[in-house]
Amino acid sequence: MSGNPAIIDVRLAGRLGTFDLDVAFAAPMHGITALFGPSGCGKTTILRCIAGLQRLPGRLAVGGEVWQDDAPRIFRRPHARPVGYVFQEASLFPHLSVHGNLTYGQRRADPAETVRFDEAVELLGLGGLLARGTAALSGGERQRVAIGRALLSQPRLLLMDEPLAALDGPSRDEILPYLEALHAALSLPVIYVSHDIAEVERLADTVVLMDHGRVQASGRLTDLQADPNLPLIHLPQAAVTIEATAVERDRTYGLTVFSAEGGRLLVPGKSATLGARRRLRISAADVSLTLSAATDSSILNKLPARIVSLAPQDADAIQFNVVLRLGAEGHGARIVARVTRKSRDVLQLAPGSAVFAQIKGVALVTAGGQAPHDGLKRKERPGGGAP
Amino acid sequence: MFPPGELWPPILLTLELASVTTVLLLALGTPLSWWLARSHAPWKEAVAAVVALPLVLPPTVLGFYLLIALGPDGPGGWIAGLFGGRTLAFSFAGLVVGSVIYSLPFVVQPIRNAFQAIGERPLEVAATLRASPWDAFWSVAVPLARPGFLTGAILGFAHTVGEFGVVLMIGGNIPGETKVLSIAIYDYVETLRWDQAHVLAGGMLAFAFVVVLAMLLLEKRLARGGK
Repeated sequence: MSGNPAIIDVRLAGRLGTFDLDVAFAAPMHGITALFGPSGCGKTTILRCIAGLQRLPGRLAVGGEVWQDDAPRIFRRPHARPVGYVFQEASLFPHLSVHGNLTYGQRRADPAETVRFDEAVELLGLGGLLARGTAALSGGERQRVAIGRALLSQPRLLLMDEPLAALDGPSRDEILPYLEALHAALSLPVIYVSHDIAEVERLADTVVLMDHGRVQASGRLTDLQADPNLPLIHLPQAAVTIEATAVERDRTYGLTVFSAEGGRLLVPGKSATLGARRRLRISAADVSLTLSAATDSSILNKLPARIVSLAPQDADAIQFNVVLRLGAEGHGARIVARVTRKSRDVLQLAPGSAVFAQIKGVALVTAGGQAPHDGLKRKERPGGGAP
Repeated sequence: MFPPGELWPPILLTLELASVTTVLLLALGTPLSWWLARSHAPWKEAVAAVVALPLVLPPTVLGFYLLIALGPDGPGGWIAGLFGGRTLAFSFAGLVVGSVIYSLPFVVQPIRNAFQAIGERPLEVAATLRASPWDAFWSVAVPLARPGFLTGAILGFAHTVGEFGVVLMIGGNIPGETKVLSIAIYDYVETLRWDQAHVLAGGMLAFAFVVVLAMLLLEKRLARGGK
């Protein structure tokens, strides 16, 4: 009956309309795991199977509890599975107020609460909406209520099916900080279905790459981004995200120094309090390689690194994706540089070569640990006028 | 002038019959509508067709078969035998059975449509929020289908009040037992007591108008305020 308490073990195989779904992966019981792949590859089906809304032959075990198995016939009905499910459309109950929607699951959940009502309302900024009906809410507000409703059902696992896909740009930008705040504030594991790499880069810790009903690869986001055999590195906007800690502030020039595995990176702006962990995004197109540390360049981030692999980006091999590991010995974080074949030949780049990576742009991906409305309050303070 | 007292028994009997019938129709029609709205059984539409038969059958045909079924040799007579009777025909209980069958499509159709309009999603949402199917039915499906229930109840009640042919076939004309409004009017006209017929017919006309108007207004209000 029992299984590994630290993982979500998913094994499903079955016919799905026009193609076969056959997947097996394990997601950790913490952080956000993204199911990433093109539309129609079976991501939503997997999520529905985990929730028990749909059934395919296979086995499902979440945190050591078996939810479905075929050998001893087990199938927990959806309402007996402690999941929170956020659908693509908010799907609020039209006959209940916002408050009624939020408490619908809470009233039916295990009374030993891990997410309190006030906490969810605070986290998602729902205070002003409670007494309202659902018809007058904006798209972003509706989705925030749906997320709060799912959280208050005290799930052990939160399932999100492209929660931003049905929203327009501004509503999407409104929700993302809330999702990041959620990620930082709660220890709840999340499985997040998406076909948008930007969302995945911002939110995911672990990624399950899918295509046509199959798992292509699964692992830490960073590792998959820098894997020359996977499609992520071939995307035009290919990038690597790395975790880094803010360690120093350069007051003269207004820069923040981040320490990552294998090197230090300078980022313009007072983007984080010292000691805070942040996710940095380094685009492959922004990394160039030199054989010596240039001192006459405007680029601030020049880090020693070693080449791990080189592989053509396109069929004509005009450009190459170079996977590097930071640090003189090449033991640090992986990043990717995109160079032309000509540069490769001129610099005689090869696996094992010691190079310097010049990184033109380092972007902070996450807004950080505090809820978005805290961030707003904080902004008001230096402006003065506060008692 | 006639004594108005003699008009009351058929009116009260009709209201009693319609009330009992409506309650039974909702109790029977709700699970039936739910099944018709949600089942994937291939023979489901055959059941739906049987339920809808009274819409097209002449009431005399329905009444004829009911008369046989309710009579001493039919299942109705067998049930009556359990209570020491001989037949359900020509009794109030028989009228209730006939009315329920006759008005069933008027209740099932709007409720089934309302259940179907809800779709799968709200029930899936309820399930992921720990609501069992039974719980979700009462806390989500029924409230969302409220307009359908209102329409069904009003139509079932009004249709029972107005039925004539079936009652004539299986109920006859026993004062206080089976003599309902429509039969009373027929009776008055046959015996040339036009004054009484006028009062009852005029009352029915007003009743029908009020019912239809109330339904239209309610639907309008639910459509606006219900969401």
